[in-house]
Amino acid sequence: MKKLGEVLIQKGPFEEILMGNEALVRAMVETGTKVVTSYPGSPTPEIATGIQSIAKDKQPFYFEFSVNEKVATEVAFGSALNGNLSCVFYKSVGLNVALDTFVQLSLMNIIGGMVVVVGDDPGANSSQNEQDNRNVYKMSRVTVLEPSSPQEAYEYYIHAAALAVKEQTAVVLRLTTHVCHARQKIKFGVYDNAVPGKTQFNHENGPYIALTTMALDMKRKSIRKLDRSKQFIKDKGLNVQTLVKDNQGKGIITAGLTYLSVLDVLEDAHYKPNILKLGAVNPLEESSILSFLKRCDQVLVLEELDDILELQIKALAYDNGLKTKLIGKQIDEDFVGEYTPDKVKDKLAMVWPDLLDPGSINEPSLFKVPDRPAQMCPGCGHRSAFFAIKKALKNEDVTVADIGCHTLGYMPPYNIGEVLMCMGASSGMASGLSLFNDKKRVVAFLGDSTFFHAGLPGLINSIYNRHDITLIIMENGTTAMTGHQDHAGEQIPIESLLKGLGIESILSCDTYSQAKLTDLVKTSMAVKGISVVIAKHPCMLKFTRLSRKKPGYIQRHVSIDPKICNKTHDCVERFGCPTFVRNPDNSVDINLDLCIGDGSCKPSCPVEAIGFEKGAK
Amino acid sequence: MNPYNIHITGVGGQGIGLLSQAILRGIDSAGITAMAVDTHGLAQRGGSVISRIRCGQKIHSPLIAKKSADIVLGMEVHEAMRGLDFALKKGGTLVYLDVSWQPLPVRLGQEKEILVEDIKRVCKSAGVKAIQVDVRSLEDSRSQNMALLGTLAKYNLIPGVSKKDYEVALNDLLAGEMLKNNLVVFRKYATK
Repeated sequence: MKKLGEVLIQKGPFEEILMGNEALVRAMVETGTKVVTSYPGSPTPEIATGIQSIAKDKQPFYFEFSVNEKVATEVAFGSALNGNLSCVFYKSVGLNVALDTFVQLSLMNIIGGMVVVVGDDPGANSSQNEQDNRNVYKMSRVTVLEPSSPQEAYEYYIHAAALAVKEQTAVVLRLTTHVCHARQKIKFGVYDNAVPGKTQFNHENGPYIALTTMALDMKRKSIRKLDRSKQFIKDKGLNVQTLVKDNQGKGIITAGLTYLSVLDVLEDAHYKPNILKLGAVNPLEESSILSFLKRCDQVLVLEELDDILELQIKALAYDNGLKTKLIGKQIDEDFVGEYTPDKVKDKLAMVWPDLLDPGSINEPSLFKVPDRPAQMCPGCGHRSAFFAIKKALKNEDVTVADIGCHTLGYMPPYNIGEVLMCMGASSGMASGLSLFNDKKRVVAFLGDSTFFHAGLPGLINSIYNRHDITLIIMENGTTAMTGHQDHAGEQIPIESLLKGLGIESILSCDTYSQAKLTDLVKTSMAVKGISVVIAKHPCMLKFTRLSRKKPGYIQRHVSIDPKICNKTHDCVERFGCPTFVRNPDNSVDINLDLCIGDGSCKPSCPVEAIGFEKGAK
Repeated sequence: MNPYNIHITGVGGQGIGLLSQAILRGIDSAGITAMAVDTHGLAQRGGSVISRIRCGQKIHSPLIAKKSADIVLGMEVHEAMRGLDFALKKGGTLVYLDVSWQPLPVRLGQEKEILVEDIKRVCKSAGVKAIQVDVRSLEDSRSQNMALLGTLAKYNLIPGVSKKDYEVALNDLLAGEMLKNNLVVFRKYATK
């Protein structure tokens, strides 16, 4: 068996099939990256899975999950000021959390060098939006490299690290979901041994205090640094032109995964336009773009999400008096969704109808397949919590959701969680919703990992500004949605922290004790001011996976006694565990592939028809 | 054969990740260039999960365009129909398991469950070949992915990739008891 943890630290050089995220770990190992920090968020958690697959004593660098993306950026920055090449990685919206720190990085003399890996999510596969962080990078004056494939992700990390060390700055490696998660055979380099940790911080390498007038001088320096990186981009040949004979005066400027979609679509084209693929999307290295524009009569700037490259290229062409016709975003839909081969094909057909055979008309779908939204797992403690809490809520009460597995409560049959913004926003929003509101009670939900990530400020605000809200903390002991990463709750008990904040009404119980939880929530909702209920149960997916590894584990199941069951469907429709199977004759069965035998569904049956399988305790 | 597109689909938790990696490494073992991309993230929690594998020289993106998969592997009937409808090209082949994990609308009684008869009917009218793989005899449902892998070998559904190549892949990915049990199921479904 090829163990990932061994593959990543072998001497090399070697070739291996790895995921983009895993290839980044090898690049960290080869470049002597010494400190790596993160907060988990798709599409980037598999980078951490790669790191943690390496035996602890053989890990060539320090790694931690920080409490959130801002702190992770600060820890990486601090260690880079000591002279250690440092890396921080997180998802697209994680940059919003880290922004206060991130925008200052380009002002600083980061002697060890810093690589910031950000995973954008065009198409919002696992995010609350599809924000284009290239907007932020322009403001922050950082160099941004954007690989198209896992091979490039590995190579571009090495370039980013080299530039970061050379210019003593932070360099961004911008990935998108299907570059992070693609797998291909990759050529890797050599790794000998870990570099030692350094502690060379010296304020004379600064200044490191960017206040008032000093900030302006530091900005002038960062403008020059950014300009110098254009030479680096040129020297490393990161912007690649593919010129073809019969191009009919047409050209495409593109980047990232979109470039690969373009190549796929052009396989069936009647002719091939010239292509300029930008490996560096900020700053724009003008000379390669100008020479490309001069070769073409018309150029399509084909980029996912926002018109970042388009507007800069149009300005560049205007400033240089070029007559090249420039085409970019033309309709609203051009700003929306991932640039898959299908979307690129439609766009190319619209701009240059003679380029491709007319696509087959959109055939009607063959069959209407029911949607399959994500679900809380069989036995999930959150399901018992929502089932119990729903009984304590009146119709007009307002429920406010937060980010985590418990967000899934918004769907039927629970419909708990009517507004969702971002990590840790629930208690703040609930406070606002509760003003002038004596009839309805506002109940906010918050996961334990999210509580530490960004939930505390909103909670503290509702204490000292005396807001009338009930906060339900869904404690499952892990950061479950992104793959069971651990969090601060392991060392810091939430209940004692809440007591320390001076909250009087703190109730808690296990979510499987559904009746008790219903009562606690009713009591808590009647309290004037802030009241908290901690709804606890370990993540059952994690718990079951661990128990299966123990020898002698027998998989228990529940079963429904058809003689007692009177088909009220409380189990399959109101409790809603995905294990229940609805038969055409309206009877209900158990899906033995899914049932983990937790039994949390039993209280939901009004006639107690659910029991454990005979024989199994 | 170039490119040759494989679209694998099922429900988060059915073992699509291992199946996808076993196929990708099997193709590589046969000396054919290939790349893949799986669904990771929120959808893995009981949602629809897709894995795409593309092989041959003329491949650039790991994503497969609509209606251009040569094969769709469906580990669950609703997802098999979804893959057949969205990804499978005319004249392609659907290989699917008679396994149903009812999606939310079906469990809530809002929509009808998809049955094997629906899949057979739609395949016939769409002009695609259908191979149903019977996994009822499998004691551990978590090895259903090996039944599909074995079926690929048995009917040589990925040209140039032999039973030996898939076993090389499994040896790369697994060890000990896990390897032994998975090989048993794979070989059972791979032998003619």
